[in-house]
This record gives sequence, C-alpha cells and structure tokens, in this order.
Amino acid sequence: MAGRRRVLPGFGLALGYTLACLGLLVLLPLAALVWKASGIGMAGLLHLLATPRTQAALRLSFGAAFIAALANAAFGLLVAWVLVRYRFPGRRLLDALVDLPFALPTAVAGIALTALYAPNGWLGQTLATFGLRVAYTRLGIGVAMVFVGFPFVVRTVQPVLAALDRDMEEAAESLGARRAQTFVRVILPMLAPALLTGFALALARAVGEYGSVIFIAGNIPMRSEIAPLLIVQKLEAFDYAGAAALGVVMLGFSLLLLLALSLLQRRSRRWAEQPA
Amino acid sequence: MSATTGLRDGAWSRRVARMALVLAAVAFLVLFLVLPLCAVFAEALRKGLHAYLAAIDQSDAFAAIRLTLLVAAIAVPMNIVFGVAAAWAVARFEFPGKALLGALIDLPFSVSPVIAGLVYVLLFGAQGWFGPWLEAHGVRLIFAVPGLVLATMFVTLPFVARELIPLMQAQGSEEEEAARVLGANGWQMFFRVTLPKIRWALLYGVLLCNARAMGEFGAVSVVSGHIRGLTTTMPLEIEMRYNEYDYVGAFAVASLLALLALLTLAAKSALEWRYGDELAAHAPGGH
Repeated sequence: MAGRRRVLPGFGLALGYTLACLGLLVLLPLAALVWKASGIGMAGLLHLLATPRTQAALRLSFGAAFIAALANAAFGLLVAWVLVRYRFPGRRLLDALVDLPFALPTAVAGIALTALYAPNGWLGQTLATFGLRVAYTRLGIGVAMVFVGFPFVVRTVQPVLAALDRDMEEAAESLGARRAQTFVRVILPMLAPALLTGFALALARAVGEYGSVIFIAGNIPMRSEIAPLLIVQKLEAFDYAGAAALGVVMLGFSLLLLLALSLLQRRSRRWAEQPA
Repeated sequence: MSATTGLRDGAWSRRVARMALVLAAVAFLVLFLVLPLCAVFAEALRKGLHAYLAAIDQSDAFAAIRLTLLVAAIAVPMNIVFGVAAAWAVARFEFPGKALLGALIDLPFSVSPVIAGLVYVLLFGAQGWFGPWLEAHGVRLIFAVPGLVLATMFVTLPFVARELIPLMQAQGSEEEEAARVLGANGWQMFFRVTLPKIRWALLYGVLLCNARAMGEFGAVSVVSGHIRGLTTTMPLEIEMRYNEYDYVGAFAVASLLALLALLTLAAKSALEWRYGDELAAHAPGGH
C-alpha cells in the first residue's frame, strides 16, 4: 500500500477536497442543528417528546414508513424476480420504468397521486365504491411512501438474484423439494441480505419523505401530519429550537434504525453463507 | 403413463404460476408507476392544449424554469468534482477512517430533505450562527438563490461518488500506475487514463444527480421563502399553483418535469444497455 501511495498522485488533494466539502456542506450544518437543538435543554426535549402532537407525528412517520417498506420488500422482490427470471415482451421497458420514482420529482409524484386517488380521480372513484378512501388519509401517506421507496428493493435484489447460483435450487428440486419449499428454504436465505439493504434504504427514504406525502396526506394534526411537516410548521412559527430538536430526534431514530438493520443484515449474511 | 402425466401437470402448473407472477408484477407497476405518470399529462391537458400552453407561457413559469436550470448548473458540476475527488481518495488509497468517510458520503441519503434545508436556515438564517454577520455585510443566503444551491448540493452530494467508488475499486489502478511509470504527470494520467475508464459511470451519476437537483422539493422549500419570480424553482412553482387551486397550471409545470424524468430514464437505460459492463463493478467472483 505504501508503494501504491507513492506511485499514484493526488491523495492529499482529493482527500482534502472531499473532507472540506463534507465538513462545510454536511458536518458543520449538522453541528448547527445539534447546537440549536441543545438550546431547549433536556427538559425542553422531554417536553417536546411528551407533546401528543409530536408523538403522533413521529409514530405516523416511522409507522407508515415501516409498513410501506414492508410492502416494498414484497412487491420489490416480486418485480425483481419477474424481471430476472422470466422473459416476456416489454420486460426491458418495465425494467427501465422501475427507476421512475428516482427520476420523477416528489412534488410531481405528490400531486399526481393525489389526483389519482382523490374521490373524483381515476382510482379514487373505483375505490370509493368499496368504501375505501386513500387521498387525504393515512392510507394515502402509505401509497406515496411505497411510490418513493419502490426502486430501492428492486435495484438491490436484482443483481444478487441474477448472480445466484442455480445449482442449489436444482439440487433441492431433484431431492424432491416443492417449488415453494425451494423458494423459502434455499432462495430466500440467499436473498435476505440484499432484501434487508433494500428495505433499510426504502425505510430511510420514506421516513424523511416530504414532497410526495404532504399533497396526499390531508395534514390534519394528530391524524395525518408527518414529522417533517411538523418541523416545517415549527420553522414557520419561528420556533427554531423546537424545529431543530425535532430534527435531531428524527435523525437519531433514523440512524439507530439503520444501525440495527445493518447489524441484522450482517447476521443474515452469515446465515446465508452457511445454509442449514 | 402416470409419470408422464405428472410431469406434464408440473410443467403446466409452473407455466400458470409464471404467468400469474408476471401479471401481478405488471399490474403493480402499471398501478403504481404508469398511472401516476399518465395522470400528470391528463390533468395538464384537461382543459385542452390551449390552456396548457397558456399555463406555461407565463413570466412566473419562465422565471421558475430559469432558476431551476441555474441551480442545477451550479450544483451538478460541484457534485461532479466532489464525486471524482471522493472516489479517487476512497477507491485508490488506504487510510484510517476510510469506512467512516464512506458512511459520511452516504449520510445525506438518510437525512430528511426538510432537515437538509433546516440546517442551512440554522446556519445562515437571521437567527443562525452566521446570520448576524451576513446581515451586517449585506449578504443574503437564506430566502435567496445561494441557499437554494446549498440545499440542493446537500441532498445530491452522494450521487456521483456512489456510482464511481465501486466501479473504480473493481477496475483497480494498474493502468494509472503504468501511465505514471511511463512519465505522465498527475493531470495527464487523470484525463487520459482515469476519465475514459469512468466516463459512462460518471455520466450515469450526473443524470441521476441532475434529476434530483432539478426536482428537489423539501430541502429547497425550507430555504426558499417562496418569493414568486425570485426564489421559486419549478417544484415550488407547482406547489404554489396547486395551493392556489390552479390545477392545470400546476400540472402543466409538472408535465415539464415529468418529461425531464422520462428523458432521464431513457438516457439512463440507453447507457445501461450499451455500456453496462463499464457501469457496474463486475468484480471477479460475482457480488
């Protein structure tokens, strides 16, 4: 490694520039967030967390994001499976389409989903006959979160599925395993680490999502008000410390959740490498 | 006899299962991705082509388009330089704290866009760390264009670096070392050897970065102040029109961004089909 460092130039410049950018753009601003949040003190923080409206918003943001990420894990696995294992006309078009939520601005997605699921919209009309309301309810929040998080699971599972050794599947089947058994006992464990990564990415995205959710949510305090919206409202009321504190709480929860998922993933990888 | 029938039954049930899975996947994609996209254009054209064009042919819309292009024109090149520098440091050298640096580069993806905007308000806003100093010197960052650029740079920071790091790690540095040994200086080596090896992955990262930069809503909304004609990018213009019940106007501007998204997807897919090998890191031994 020492020899390599001597041959290739630019280490100092590249690392220095990277650190300068990260420091100025990310770390310094986040430090300001923590500093401003500390202004309300421990008592202020506990008071903020004890407020029913804060609790409701945090529960909704994390709860809806968790359910949406679960849905995305299931649908993402299905779509990845179909795209990798089957050949059918239009497959490439569908494959390209998977990334639409990455490319479509969230505000556009938000108003489009709202128009679609509003009581007079294409889907809203049909669903209304079954007594189901999506727009301006929590269900709508879930739909928007499924939309923004969908590509993550497909794109993490797809390459792993494509590279999967099929010997084990064939062995399992030649030993008399049924298709479903093979899937659950052989394929799923090997996909588990990628599936967890996709789940975590979709979850992180959905927890913080703002643009696509606020149009469809209805934004009724205690019922359909997400935590990022509460931050914006505190900011608009010039409650900077409160906004910062809620931001730190959200960030802390998200990072803890991601840490837990990465530990779980490490465990599942070990499990995948030594199938029972 | 019964064995062959059993086999045929197995093949038959397998084909049915396959059809059902394909149909379910297609149904999901149509319901969740295609329909919202169609809804954008249908709503924009609801009152006819004339109303659609009239909604775009307005000074506010043009100002929003200009501002969106300006913000992207600053944020995307900055992101390219950052991404290449970060990838060069991480993929070519060993140093303590490398894993931590990788995690820090990805951090903006785990931060809510609203928080990304909030941190700059806390830093540069009237109540912020540098707010009073900036005010005394007559500089305005928040509720002005520089704030929009900063917030956009925050949310797009990982895009290029994320594409380049795994690719450059898989490619290895033998060719660069050879160029050095043959007497190339640092910049010659970079422009003649490194850049050609990573150009398609770089372009791929730029496409994604640009789509996000032009479409960012949450972070930009917090620092913008929504001053029409001055600090409203296209996504903010959409929101303002929508909240004023100008639905055709909102969806008309949205349709422009939807077109940009479709263009991005088309260019991205073209890159994947033509240069797939040069995009993904195909490390020996698979993933």
